[in-house]
Amino acid sequence: MSSRIPLVPENAAPLPSLKENNGLLAWVASVDHKQIGIMYLIITLVYFLLGGLEALLIRIQLAHPGNDFLTPEMYNQLFTMHGTTMIFFVVMPFLIGVGVYLLPLMIGARDMAFPRLNALSFWLFFFGGILLYYSFFTQSGAPDVGWFAYSPLSEKPFSLNKGPTYWALGLLASGIGSVASGLNNVVTILTMRTPGMTMRRIPLFVWMIFVTSLLLIFVIPIITAAFAMMLLDSLLGATFFTPAHGGSAILWQHFFWGFGHPEVYILILPAFGIISEVIPVFSRKPIYGYEFVAASTVAIGLLSLGVWAHHMFAVGLGNVANAYFSLASMLIAIPTGVKVLNWVATMWGGRINFATPMLFGTAFIIEFVIGGLTGVAIASVPIDWVVTDSYFIVAHFHYAIFGGSVFAIFAGVYYWFPKFTGRMLSETLGKWHFWLTVIGFNMTFFVQHFLGVMGMPRRTYTYHDMPYWGSMNLLSTIGALILGLSAIVFVWNILVSLRNGKPAGDNPWNAWTLEWATTSPPAVENFELVPPVRGRRPLWDLAHPDQPDEPGAKIV
Amino acid sequence: MENLGGLFNPSSPQMEALAGLTYYTIAISAVILGIIVIAVAYIVIRYRKKPGDDGEPYQDFGNLKIEVVWTIIPVAIVAVLFLLTCSTMRAIDPPPGDREPDLLVIGHQWWWEIRYPASGVMTANEIHIPAGEKLLVRLESIDVIHDFWVPELGRKIDLVPGHPNYMWLVAGEPGVYIGACAEFCGDQHANMLIRVVAETEEEFKKWQEEQLVVPRTPESGIAAEGARLFQTLACMNCHTIRGTAAAARVGPDLTHIADRDTIGAGVLTNTPENLAKWLANPQRYKQGSYMPNMKLSDSEVKSIVAYLEALDEQ
Repeated sequence: MSSRIPLVPENAAPLPSLKENNGLLAWVASVDHKQIGIMYLIITLVYFLLGGLEALLIRIQLAHPGNDFLTPEMYNQLFTMHGTTMIFFVVMPFLIGVGVYLLPLMIGARDMAFPRLNALSFWLFFFGGILLYYSFFTQSGAPDVGWFAYSPLSEKPFSLNKGPTYWALGLLASGIGSVASGLNNVVTILTMRTPGMTMRRIPLFVWMIFVTSLLLIFVIPIITAAFAMMLLDSLLGATFFTPAHGGSAILWQHFFWGFGHPEVYILILPAFGIISEVIPVFSRKPIYGYEFVAASTVAIGLLSLGVWAHHMFAVGLGNVANAYFSLASMLIAIPTGVKVLNWVATMWGGRINFATPMLFGTAFIIEFVIGGLTGVAIASVPIDWVVTDSYFIVAHFHYAIFGGSVFAIFAGVYYWFPKFTGRMLSETLGKWHFWLTVIGFNMTFFVQHFLGVMGMPRRTYTYHDMPYWGSMNLLSTIGALILGLSAIVFVWNILVSLRNGKPAGDNPWNAWTLEWATTSPPAVENFELVPPVRGRRPLWDLAHPDQPDEPGAKIV
Repeated sequence: MENLGGLFNPSSPQMEALAGLTYYTIAISAVILGIIVIAVAYIVIRYRKKPGDDGEPYQDFGNLKIEVVWTIIPVAIVAVLFLLTCSTMRAIDPPPGDREPDLLVIGHQWWWEIRYPASGVMTANEIHIPAGEKLLVRLESIDVIHDFWVPELGRKIDLVPGHPNYMWLVAGEPGVYIGACAEFCGDQHANMLIRVVAETEEEFKKWQEEQLVVPRTPESGIAAEGARLFQTLACMNCHTIRGTAAAARVGPDLTHIADRDTIGAGVLTNTPENLAKWLANPQRYKQGSYMPNMKLSDSEVKSIVAYLEALDEQ
């Protein structure tokens, strides 16, 4: 029970670098969860820049009505690739990567349960992305049927080029990697926890990764089966999705959204996890209502499996089906609302340090609530009939996925960068990044709510000069350019801080979870000695032996 | 505000119901957002760490009663919203029963085929309706999924191949309501505009009679040359002109083309000059559309324009 337990090993092994250990080969051959996690983060940063560049080209084309900066073919390829990239090659793998890096550290384990499977997951993701992007260099160009690839548009004879085939194969490969990651995470969490780390004491980030991983295991196979059917249609002449030959156009949508809606929660739950770690640490308070935050995650996970057809209210499924999916979708607002209120309650009465991670964490709450509220609105069938496939939806899901997931990702990067690298990110550049992001983001997307209800459809390479459309789109484009600038500041911060950042020490934020009990960056074996776990905040207990979180808890 | 269009200018009973529900929901959302923003702003000011303030604050782990309260409140809000949802759905989209549709809308890449089964009128990209009358529309697609959306008149509905859908279409007042395809349907999804022209009963009757007239083929002059070119060049492989051998349904029926407002589903205003530009190279205005550049000479373009314009001169 003494606080004299040696926490910090003397000789910190640095992160394996490219210059040592046979260089690049050491990374390629690595099965260490930290190296694999870092590789995920580096690759997702590259895709983030690519996806962002695609977004900027799209916004430049839309800056004024009747613009001819891009051809329709090029525009359609860019918006398809932007969506696909940001979802499958930025947000999802970032969250998997940061999970792979942190899970073992947070639960006091040496590595993942299946280190080689972990490496396989990464390489499947890596080559899936290469396959997808290779399509830009083929004669037929990149896929141009939208990230949702509705049949029969994505089928012969409407898509004679090979774009959708590259799309399906690339996502098939990386999807198999994601299922393997999900399995690996679940087994790791269930079996590798250090003594005393019961499921009721694991950090909330670990809870969110746990539920997300179960979702991955359940829903990626749905889309994998659909990809296989799509490939059978296009390569072997099957007709699963071609109505002209007895297939069904709507079947694809059921498969796609059966995966695609839970996917939204795969993108947001780990982000909730990051926020649930960041807000308490910077408020100097425990999370308010741990059990409710964890249980609401499980509820969201379960509900997300039964709401896919709310993407199909305009398809004509009938009022009874629509009403069911409407209600189920609205119900998700309840556990989500609980989370938001718990984060606010955690901050209440705190002693809040508004360092960059907390700035992003606080802004996350506001931006995500906007996206969440519009989400409840469009769960209402008649409202969906008005706004679906309009710019309102573009605004809605960018508030949820950019204002939600990506803001949380930024919070997480600033929070854990010292742990990953041993150096702090620059706070000055961090604040520039934050304010440019907040201004650029809201300027780009808020106005799109209005464009949507005024009648501007999505996915159009041009639009007619309706009253106010031109000026609103121009405003949106200027916002996007500011957002582009913020991304440059972010990358610049990472590059300069890697070389010249302030040395971080083991626990620069005075945080409470186990990853902060080892060196920064952690040694190859993670911990010399895992601190005893007697509650949810092992490092708080060590620092405040007189005031433990769970009085009387014993070391198991 | 009247110029804003869309939701801001509801022009049918359905759209009024939709707009009402939307405003109501926005109001609830704004209150919730306001509460969160005020709470966060208060926290940011009140609980910011002050210099020299180094101790730990009171460690508060939660409160079951408070959690129960803020679980129940959203349940109540959802219940209200769901009831409103169901009643609005029922109000604007009642089942059609056994009634025959008044109007067929058939989606093509990238134009709309419009048919009036009772009268036999056939047109493209423009729907004429008598204002105030509630019409049952049957929607189908010949190729990929399209989506019918006239923001001021009401709901969206998909045109799905092999799966016909029905909707009610009403325009409260005479006027032109512009809509678009809302479901991504390929290269020229952007240029698939639809115009609903709501007219008085008499105007509509007159329009319908004019549409039913089978035009005479011009027998002399430049228009006659145009008529010949239309039949001998590839035009007739895709288009219909009633009273002639051209009867293909790949592209829009051109019988009364001069009567329409636009060319190419909204790409250009329909004037003889624009029609000539379009015929000279449709790909310049609608790249990727199925109408190829026929490489017509200037005189061929002139003749065909004269022919198409002459179809409506009786």
